[in-house]
Amino acid sequence: MDAIGKKVVEVKNITTKFGKKVVHDNISLYVNKGEIYGLLGGSGSGKSTLLNEMIMLLKPTKGEIKVLGKSVTDISKKDALYLKHNWGVLFQSGALFSSLNVRENIDTVLKEYTNLSKKTRDEIIKLKIELVGLKMDVLGLYPSELSGGMIKRVALARALVMDPKILFLDEPTSGLDPVGAQEFDDMLYNLRNMLGFSVVMVTHDLDTVWNIVDRLALLGNSKVVAEGTLKEVLKVDNPIVNSFFKGKRGMLRRNADGK
Amino acid sequence: MKFLKVMKKNNSLILFCIDHWDMYHARQMQEEIDYALKKSQNINNIIIDLSGLKDIDTAGAVIIHEMIEELKKDKKVNLLKASKEEEKFIDFIYASIAKEKGTPAIIKPLNFLERTGKYFVDLFKDIWLFTVFIGQATTSFFMYISHPKRIRFKSIVKGIENAGVNALPIIALTSFLVGVVVAYQSAVQLQKFGANIFIVDMIGISVTRELSPLITAIVVAGRSGSSYTAQIGAMKITRELDAMETMGFNLFEFIVLPRIIALMIAMPLMIFFADLIGIFGGMVVSNYQIDISYAEFLKRLQSVLDLKHFYIGFLKGPVFALLIASIGCFRGLQVEQNTESIGRYTTVSVVNAIFLVIACDALFSVIFTKLGV
Repeated sequence: MDAIGKKVVEVKNITTKFGKKVVHDNISLYVNKGEIYGLLGGSGSGKSTLLNEMIMLLKPTKGEIKVLGKSVTDISKKDALYLKHNWGVLFQSGALFSSLNVRENIDTVLKEYTNLSKKTRDEIIKLKIELVGLKMDVLGLYPSELSGGMIKRVALARALVMDPKILFLDEPTSGLDPVGAQEFDDMLYNLRNMLGFSVVMVTHDLDTVWNIVDRLALLGNSKVVAEGTLKEVLKVDNPIVNSFFKGKRGMLRRNADGK
Repeated sequence: MKFLKVMKKNNSLILFCIDHWDMYHARQMQEEIDYALKKSQNINNIIIDLSGLKDIDTAGAVIIHEMIEELKKDKKVNLLKASKEEEKFIDFIYASIAKEKGTPAIIKPLNFLERTGKYFVDLFKDIWLFTVFIGQATTSFFMYISHPKRIRFKSIVKGIENAGVNALPIIALTSFLVGVVVAYQSAVQLQKFGANIFIVDMIGISVTRELSPLITAIVVAGRSGSSYTAQIGAMKITRELDAMETMGFNLFEFIVLPRIIALMIAMPLMIFFADLIGIFGGMVVSNYQIDISYAEFLKRLQSVLDLKHFYIGFLKGPVFALLIASIGCFRGLQVEQNTESIGRYTTVSVVNAIFLVIACDALFSVIFTKLGV
């Protein structure tokens, strides 16, 4: 394993424009290996856009993004496939294949990319289902029969199935009740500690930020307003930081933690 | 051996796991394990040494776990630990395997009799549901009539444009070609009897009475019936229909009836259009093939084409439209919460619509013949 501190994602001078609208104006940030990194910002601040650029669903107008040392803004087919084998993506809505049951949903990549026997694949699937805290009874169910929390968990199991080096999450706790969101955070935190992957997540759940995020970037006005650990970010005196963390919701949290 | 070194020492067998145990080399790992298992047949003491592992992923850990379980059945297995980092991972995986709760439900495939039974039960259920659907549409229609303000004129006009006006080019092309084909085939036969002029009767009556209603209906079923199903199905999956329901919008008033009414208005007009083009196609062929001039053709047409033939074809329009649009909407509302079912129900919708149109056409033929029209 490589030394901790190596950068798994590097965003260098990214500019993104949709028509005349400037979403990102020359922004840079990086994610260290093994850390849980939060992309924060209000609606329309371009955090999901940035995530989509990292996972090659969108192309920035200018600049370079490196994931696991490969430049995704200019990449060969072979490297792109390498990346796709080595990352896991969890979409906000789960994006489970609605015509496949849970077992088949998790099985798709394994079946496509490896020559594992069916028995071994089944064991891996069961293992992943256990890791995300579900019972084996769900394996035969279809996405339409699952609750919101279960969909997120199954989607996480699907994202984890290839033992990814890096996990991209788009608002993983949105739509979950506070208990479910807390459980999801804990689960993610423990899995990260046990399996050692890095996490990049878009979130506006302040609880998540407080509990499990190691470093974060706050986006606003097409720029990175603040970057670093939560402590560092809180020290920045900027109206966007203030409204984000020092509003009523943030205050409650700060008071409770005695910070 | 790349992943598994097998050594005999005293009366125990040592299995050395080395190198990278990852999911991309699963087949080779499995082969080497099978080989080792064969070698271990008469040996009771097995030592599995993981200290040589360079890297391991979930698949590797699971495969080793399966091997251990297999050996443990009738042998004594000693496990020598891997390096610290790998050991932590392996322990975590094995602990998780041990924790697995519940059993996956096994779904037994149906046998032939069960499938047949299910098919017919589903068929009758569908017929029943369709009857209910038609009933609901009818009551909503009377609501419309008693409260004309609730009629969605805008959607109806838009529907006429989409299903009717925009379909004219393809209808023109198909009915022209059908006119040409019929004229060609009959011209050859009629020439044998020297009854060339009867081609006008032939084309005039067959096109207006049978062919253009049928061709139009088939084109419309493929074009609009399918789009109704897909559109309504997608609205169901995205829960737009549920949203409308909660706002108190009646689905039949807002979605179903405008489509049915639009198609019932557009269809007869399209049939009339198809009549003209189809006859024109026949006329062109008659002119070139058997030298019946356009003037001659039209003169003969006036005397042989009774208005009743045109009316019969024209009246089939609303009936076919009702069938196509209601099947399209009905199947759309049946779509389930998965994307595959949109495709399935769209296919079913077109197949049902075309079948019903043809069945209905046959019924018309019998009735009109009995009535002597």
